[in-house]
Amino acid sequence: MPIQLAIVSYRYPGTPRPVLVNMDLAIAAGEVVGVAGANESGKSTLCLVASGLAPGVVGGRLEGSVSIDGATTASLKPFELAQRCGILFQNSATQLSGTTRSVWEEIAFGPRNLGLAVGEVVERVEHALASLAIQALAERDPQRLSGGQAQLVALAAVLALRPPYLVLDEPTSQLDPQGTRLVGDALAALAAERGTGILLVEHKTDLLARLAGRVIVLDAGTVALEGAVADVLSDAALHALGVEPPSAVVLQRAVADAGLTLDAGALAAAVGAVGAGADVRVDR
Amino acid sequence: MTAPSTRPAISVEAVGFVYPDGTRALADVTLAIPAGQRVAIIGQNGSGKSTLVRQLNGLLSPTEGRVLVDGRDAKGRHVADLAATVGLAFQNPDRQIFAGRVRREVEFGPRNLGLRGHALDEAVSAALAAVGLSDQTEANPYDLGYSRRKLLAMASVLAMRTPIVALDEPTTGQDARGVGRVQSIVGSLVADGRTVLAISHDMRFVAETFERVVVLRAGRLVLDGTPWEVFDAPNWPLLASTFLEPPVAARVGANLGLGSTPTTSALIAALRVRGA
Repeated sequence: MPIQLAIVSYRYPGTPRPVLVNMDLAIAAGEVVGVAGANESGKSTLCLVASGLAPGVVGGRLEGSVSIDGATTASLKPFELAQRCGILFQNSATQLSGTTRSVWEEIAFGPRNLGLAVGEVVERVEHALASLAIQALAERDPQRLSGGQAQLVALAAVLALRPPYLVLDEPTSQLDPQGTRLVGDALAALAAERGTGILLVEHKTDLLARLAGRVIVLDAGTVALEGAVADVLSDAALHALGVEPPSAVVLQRAVADAGLTLDAGALAAAVGAVGAGADVRVDR
Repeated sequence: MTAPSTRPAISVEAVGFVYPDGTRALADVTLAIPAGQRVAIIGQNGSGKSTLVRQLNGLLSPTEGRVLVDGRDAKGRHVADLAATVGLAFQNPDRQIFAGRVRREVEFGPRNLGLRGHALDEAVSAALAAVGLSDQTEANPYDLGYSRRKLLAMASVLAMRTPIVALDEPTTGQDARGVGRVQSIVGSLVADGRTVLAISHDMRFVAETFERVVVLRAGRLVLDGTPWEVFDAPNWPLLASTFLEPPVAARVGANLGLGSTPTTSALIAALRVRGA
């Protein structure tokens, strides 16, 4: 019972042109679907539409249908949507509630609003903090975090809702390299162990290469490329679509263009390597 | 060409900073940046990078030590005076953007610096062209996507033509073309004799674009050198301790025993030398 978009076109209120055009897409339970594409190709709009926020909250006009587990998003109330699909905005600073005094309280805000028992709220908050290794931030003021810390806290708050589906708009854009890996690990575990279906918008194709099963590439609101992650990310058309291929692909091509060869094993080892001391846990 | 200068454009002297809630963000940071240098500041989330650049234009003042901009103490200088010297593009463009039209947004800074008429038009048009927003001058900034709002925030700073430009995570949310654009903006600023500081988590962008890399960990400066020095294998454990990883080119070069190869071109050059 996936998130299902069928022949979806969408335009924002007061604008003449649709931002998404005739889009078909399904995200099944336990599946990570990567979304790449140039700036303004429709990635963030896809997130709003797939999660039901557009047109529900944002307004605008939707053609076709979007359903989550068989119910159209148009028929679901906001609290029903929130329990089916969690969304992380591109600018995560705008997502923090602004009403809580500590990171712990901020992450508890969603579970509390679901009316969960105290013990369950505590368990979810602690688990969300631990999964992103941000326990050290628990007592901090959410308004006094760095950009990357705020992004991790906003993600933790969404994870604590434990929705069956997640729509994540560049969840690692402000994270340091190991923070990016950690988020990748947490998402992979969610998909594999909890069966969470994840729509993941990312410019970092290295992360998509590690996480996604399928990848779609958007161009002017339509799906320009779609397929298994390895096929899409090595497609020669990728660069023209404004998407940087994974660093290993870029490096290998540059070396080949220079008339040299690069030992595939050395490349694979370098890309796979987490780097010395990566299991060092530093308090954030 | 780097303009010769007798004094550094920026001198950070034993600077510490503690936020009012008691969070220490910087401790004993000393850093001298000559005019015309391209400097990247890297480090884990919350390591003090944004706090450091905010000391440079007076948004924050050190609680210990001092910051000299063009040889003069930043503390006590009028905000307008510092704004004419140091331009800072925020990490979050939505904390910076306020005007209802793209062109008005970009005009605000240079107009406040006294530019009028043709000079103002020219500064604004050049800045919008540099970030690729020339065809959006009448758009409402909030009708633009996040990536374009980032570029708009950058244009607003470029239009002020300050001798020092600080960019907080300029490539965040940018596609491949956007990253290329930021790279060429940094290049043309430095060609113009200006000093550029940028915060970034994109290690490839850092290695390919900057001549000097400064590494912060928990508010302290732990490494300072060229990309060749900073991304050299012996420093990897230190980088890992502040949640960083060397660029892929550096990792491949080290695996092949080629020494430090922080960039693709450095790796190719090393492969050539070995093959010859």
